[in-house]
Amino acid sequence: MIRFHKYIWLYILISCIIIGSGLFSIMKWGFRYSIDFTGGTTLVYSFSKTPSANELAHIFTQNKIGIEKIQVSGNTLEAQTTPINEKEEEAIRKKIETAFKTQVKSLRFETVGPTMGKETTQKTIIASLLAVSGILLYMSFAFKGFDFAISAVLAMVHDFLVLVGTYSLISHFFGATFDLMFVTAMLTTMSFSVHDTIIIFDKIREYVRTGVHQGASIEELTDKAINETLVRSINNSLTIVFMLLALLLLGGGTIRFFAAALLVGTITGSYSSPFVATPVLMWFMKKHK
Amino acid sequence: MNSRRVVYAVLILLLVWMCLPENIPVKFAVNKSKVQFTINPLSFDIPLFGYHFKKEFKTKLGLDLKGGSHLVFRADISKLKTEDVSEALLSARDTIEKRVNFFGVSEPVVQTSKSGGENRITVDLPGMENVSQAVSLIGQTAQLRFFEEDTTQKYASTTPLLARLTKDTGMNGTHIKKSTVVFDPNSGKPQVSLQFSEAGAKLFEEITGRNIGKPVGIFLDYSPISAPIVQQKISEGNAVITGNFTVDEAKELAIAINSGALPLPIQLIEQRNIGPSLGAEDVQKSVIAGAVGLFMVSLFMIVYYGRLGVIATGALALYGMLSFAIFRAIPVVLTLPGIAGFILSIGMAVDSNILIFERIKEEQRKGREFHASIRLGFTRALDAIKDANITTLVVSFILFNPLNWSFLPQFGMVRGFALTLGIGVAMSLFTGVVITKRLIKAFYTHV
Repeated sequence: MIRFHKYIWLYILISCIIIGSGLFSIMKWGFRYSIDFTGGTTLVYSFSKTPSANELAHIFTQNKIGIEKIQVSGNTLEAQTTPINEKEEEAIRKKIETAFKTQVKSLRFETVGPTMGKETTQKTIIASLLAVSGILLYMSFAFKGFDFAISAVLAMVHDFLVLVGTYSLISHFFGATFDLMFVTAMLTTMSFSVHDTIIIFDKIREYVRTGVHQGASIEELTDKAINETLVRSINNSLTIVFMLLALLLLGGGTIRFFAAALLVGTITGSYSSPFVATPVLMWFMKKHK
Repeated sequence: MNSRRVVYAVLILLLVWMCLPENIPVKFAVNKSKVQFTINPLSFDIPLFGYHFKKEFKTKLGLDLKGGSHLVFRADISKLKTEDVSEALLSARDTIEKRVNFFGVSEPVVQTSKSGGENRITVDLPGMENVSQAVSLIGQTAQLRFFEEDTTQKYASTTPLLARLTKDTGMNGTHIKKSTVVFDPNSGKPQVSLQFSEAGAKLFEEITGRNIGKPVGIFLDYSPISAPIVQQKISEGNAVITGNFTVDEAKELAIAINSGALPLPIQLIEQRNIGPSLGAEDVQKSVIAGAVGLFMVSLFMIVYYGRLGVIATGALALYGMLSFAIFRAIPVVLTLPGIAGFILSIGMAVDSNILIFERIKEEQRKGREFHASIRLGFTRALDAIKDANITTLVVSFILFNPLNWSFLPQFGMVRGFALTLGIGVAMSLFTGVVITKRLIKAFYTHV
């Protein structure tokens, strides 16, 4: 049996480093918000002589127009950019014409507002907070006490921070955007985290309830619970990781970053159950003894 | 025992039929006679006692996966002050979203936009069939007003009733809390009932109080709906609009009143069908990736758990088909977040199986014989599975916002996610516990 409780300092260190670097990244680089949040412009141009997507992307960024998506097929360009107005659009069109000695015809120029406006964002946050209270309530009932519930939720908050921070790093280094898919990934991670934690907590509850290990210390109980659920935890995470790795490596387009976010969420969700939720629970149980 | 197997086999075949892909042409030749048909999932239309029992098991995809109708409205801001424009546009957006939602369209996307010098509101309706009705409903300004006779003016007795109602009472759609379609108990004709807010009830009491014996006109966008003569002072905060409505008209009026007035007039300028935001190539890649992932998961389960793993894979296949059949039956509009919810629920279903198997192994390690181990393993694993899944159900229930509370998301991705997650987890509770157990029994008692 592995004496997990002896390495609490290590768990604290790991979590601090990961969350710390994530928060650092959020403060320094923040996120690149997608068109879902910021709104943006859709451009469709046709050319007499078509430049490559890279050349076009270059000229957009030179003129301080951010690009969400750029696609050249045949003699048409379809691009999604940060919101620009008519004058800026005309200017960039002229610049493309002179730079590539081609004639540009604007087929579509449309600037849209955000799908995920302020109100929708607020409502999503309220719903998530309500969902958390729902978890607290149900777990307090099912586990007959507040300790289990609050520990599981704290682990969930931990996972949330890990995911948001890590995604900021992914956003900075690989160009992922904070979009609706990421919001979904956050919700998924939060549900998964609690689900995973409950499996270990169920074991601890069983020991306490049946009293098979009477006289054993709380540390011994939690260590035993982690040891006994270890194989299932690893196997379960592995199955999900297989699935997500396949999506990450083979999936197309925006799905990749979504899979990456879910992968981070799954790993931290599985990690936090024995190494965050359980130590916190241990601490609570000792305090209340 | 044998007849029971036949029933199971039929049920499974039916399930597979519901989950078949759509419109796949099949062509082959057997002994020179050509066979040609198209694979389609189950659909039926049975007339029975004058009713049609009609159901099609087809997948409904959201606009992000399938595309749909794209409507563009031009907002007329000429009557607004410049500083009010952006706020009016946003509130118009919310109103339209409410109206579309009342219409039962899943996952609509409503955005404000600016194109050239024009302010626009774009409405995306995935897979919406009856677009013209939606367009007429969305386009209504739906400003409800109450008018009374102007007492400072003298009218000739020949002046028609409606022309006399010129004084705005100051009461309008904002004073109405709720509007529903009711039916006149005597004539059976549809009517629209109004329930006033507190301020509205007070105002209406004053208006009816000073107009006893006189008409009060109810106007929608300056066209009269009804001008009843006030019989007595009404202080209960309720009123009924009687008009010559059809049921559909009454419903539309109630929806328009409920969703509130548009703060500015809008006009349809574009209506077109649009393609999916995730390209066909991306979808194809992701489907292949998903299949590879599922294969890896099955392989892992079989290698690690042997025969139990085979059973689990079978149970999972059944689980996947059951959930999918339910998505088709309701029907649930599948969007990317919806699929994410489904994938998460698959993960949780795998987890249930792993939990059960680990418990069974644990019991075996304690030296129990196989059947006792299975029984005990199931019962012991059940507690954990139950609590973990119910917690997830609680989460999806709240996120889905079944009571349609306005302070929670009433549409869009969060709901799509919650719906598939909730259905998936409920199904996994069922398959993980009932089906896996049956499969294990079936496979092991006959060895």
